[in-house]
Amino acid sequence: MVPEAYYTGLSAVLFAIGVVGVLVRRNPLVIFMSIELMLNAANLALVAFGSGLATAEAQVLVFFVMTVAAAEVAVGLAIIVAIFRLRRRLSVDDLSLMRW
Amino acid sequence: MALGVFLIVAIVAVASALALVLRRNPIHGALFLVVNLGCVAVLYLLLGAEFLALAQVIIYAGAIMVLFVFAIMVLIPGKEETGPDPLRSQRLMAVPLGLFLLLEIALVLWGSRSGGGVGGAASLPQVGVRAGGIESVGRLLLGDYLFAFEVTSILLLAALVGVLTLAKRKSE
Repeated sequence: MVPEAYYTGLSAVLFAIGVVGVLVRRNPLVIFMSIELMLNAANLALVAFGSGLATAEAQVLVFFVMTVAAAEVAVGLAIIVAIFRLRRRLSVDDLSLMRW
Repeated sequence: MALGVFLIVAIVAVASALALVLRRNPIHGALFLVVNLGCVAVLYLLLGAEFLALAQVIIYAGAIMVLFVFAIMVLIPGKEETGPDPLRSQRLMAVPLGLFLLLEIALVLWGSRSGGGVGGAASLPQVGVRAGGIESVGRLLLGDYLFAFEVTSILLLAALVGVLTLAKRKSE
């Protein structure tokens, strides 16, 4: 058996890589994919904890996270496409309209 | 055995995540993310969460990544398939590899017909009722969490309507 700490460690590494991706990249699509990476890392930690506690509730929770992620991706990509139609450029540095 | 699988999959997962962040081309990033999601699906299998492993492949690697690749294709026009082919040797490799895959499938099918063999039905593990198994997930999902389960369908419907509204061109 693989110790539970290995899974949480891997999950932490993947989450950190996702955070770095959001911070360093300028293409909104890549930023979005990094967010998916973070969601996946959190899911992995959840399933590992649920497996450690021998309960299926964690898997149900992860299932709901997946559903919400699917809805989020659809809406987010629609927003990105709408912005691209308006601006003709794809860089988050241009999108400072709502900045204080 | 399980530890070895975990280590290999973990290394591939971290490498593909790093490649997603470091590669400049977003389409390469999307493909590396598919690799990463597949690795996480394997880890779910290792943890005994068969249902989530399947859902991961179907929802994430299937539906969500298709959406991503589609958006990348629409927003970032790529090069056409013209001119000299830089990957000619790789493409020539494809035919023997395809034949090899066919051979593999034939072997597995033949094995399952004769009972034993590599992919025979006898070699599949028996799935029983256990904590965290696919049956207990189903009971929870359609039992204790039935309300939340139904609410997600409304959420998906709302997302669908929202996307249609956002994507509609203003027609004057």
